[in-house]
Amino acid sequence: MKKLLILGAGTAGTMMANKLHKALDKEEWEITIVDQFKTHYYQPGFLFIPFNIYTKQDVIKPKSNFFPAGIKVIYNSIHKIVGDENKVLLQGGQVLQYDYLIIATGAQTRPDETPGLKDKLWYKSIFDFYTIEGAVALQDYFKHFEGGKLVMCIAELPYKCPVAPIEFVCLAEAFFTKKGIRDKVDITYVTPMSGAFTKPVASKMLGDLLAEKNIKVVADFYLERVDNDKKTIVAYDEREIEFDVLTVVPTNMGDEMILRSGLGDDLNFVHTNKHTLQSEKYKNIFVLGDAANLPTSKAGSVAHFASEILFENLMSAIEGRPLMAKFDGHANCYIETGYGKGALIDFNYATEPLPGTFPLPGIGPFGLLKNTKINHYGKILFRWIYWHILLKGKEMPIEADMTMAGKKRI
Amino acid sequence: MAEKTIAGKSIAVTDEGYLTNTSQWSKEIAMEMAKEDGIDLGPKHFEILEYLRKEVAAGESLSIRKVGKSGIADVKELYQLFPGGPLKLSSKYAGIPKPTSCV
Repeated sequence: MKKLLILGAGTAGTMMANKLHKALDKEEWEITIVDQFKTHYYQPGFLFIPFNIYTKQDVIKPKSNFFPAGIKVIYNSIHKIVGDENKVLLQGGQVLQYDYLIIATGAQTRPDETPGLKDKLWYKSIFDFYTIEGAVALQDYFKHFEGGKLVMCIAELPYKCPVAPIEFVCLAEAFFTKKGIRDKVDITYVTPMSGAFTKPVASKMLGDLLAEKNIKVVADFYLERVDNDKKTIVAYDEREIEFDVLTVVPTNMGDEMILRSGLGDDLNFVHTNKHTLQSEKYKNIFVLGDAANLPTSKAGSVAHFASEILFENLMSAIEGRPLMAKFDGHANCYIETGYGKGALIDFNYATEPLPGTFPLPGIGPFGLLKNTKINHYGKILFRWIYWHILLKGKEMPIEADMTMAGKKRI
Repeated sequence: MAEKTIAGKSIAVTDEGYLTNTSQWSKEIAMEMAKEDGIDLGPKHFEILEYLRKEVAAGESLSIRKVGKSGIADVKELYQLFPGGPLKLSSKYAGIPKPTSCV
């Protein structure tokens, strides 16, 4: 039997297991997937928990619900990939051999990378909403919050779901307005980028949106440390910002196992060919999702579009053909903006987010870079699509390659 | 795109003042560009600029974190050397493209 091994059973790994199980000859191939945890989290849903829109139950399901019957599942932590010997060592000494390996071990928040972040105020008045624990702790905190300075700070690039902090401040603004305390809450958005977002057109649109909502933006702020006694965040250039409650996107890093395996960059993201999705070091290793060091968003939509390219290239590699499919960095992100509205952006390595309609040119129904009610329904509907279609590797009515149809260059 | 006379030479630059042809770079050009921003380049600055040019030539992507681990200066020192935006400014003076932050 030939062996295909998938490391990580999150969005990316689970999708690939389903696609490959359908395509590979079961007499010939054994598919194994390894993950240390048994629970699958719908990560885009964490954002809604602090505002009581989703509960914990809405975002968790057993991973086993999404694996195809007939693949081998191992729940264990991964110690190391030994690429030269085509093997993976698990915790406790188990050794797995592979013919082809897919790394899909994702990205994790690392609050310990910033001095003072995970200190005495952690989960008392400093929270993240990128973990279920942080989202739930913040939900509890907001129940008793009567006003003050709310600071949303992004520690470092890159981080998962680049629009999530913008959505967070928009949802907070709406939440406090509904609660009748908006005039007592001062909201500040602090980012290491030069504006609300990286790319110029989207940065302007989102910057205007935040200004409209009376949310201050502090740009070019690179977080050095948190002063727990003064309750301030301090930048490398000595600027300080006071907070009563700090919500933070901690530094994001790939799995430590990548470091041990010698496959990653200084943030443990795997060196990956940005078009073929093959490891830069080994021809029989491919990388999918947040674990890769691709210069595009770390997001489920990217993993989804990339999975179609990776699938084609892996099949080519197995059959000894050249890798013809080329990933273009396609990302597609819904942005919740509060009050039942949302915006949408669609972009790739080369093309920044532009206004227009999506997915059908001129029709939509979704409006790109526009703040509309229908975009919000797209996001709400997406949770169902995620659990029922996306994870199971079924066809989605959206092409993997980004298209310019329906977009306006400005 | 524009042409700009820096240190007595006509140099091709972007609207934001980054060199479009890295081979046109010289130490004199770096000095003059930095002076416009009120920064006097010393040996430490040039060590950083040389490091950046070497990394970019090797096809590596750059981040403040990475430069801070280069052994030349840590992140705090980078902010003192290039106040306001270490990577953006040092890239400009090094004659390499403006760093793109992808999220």
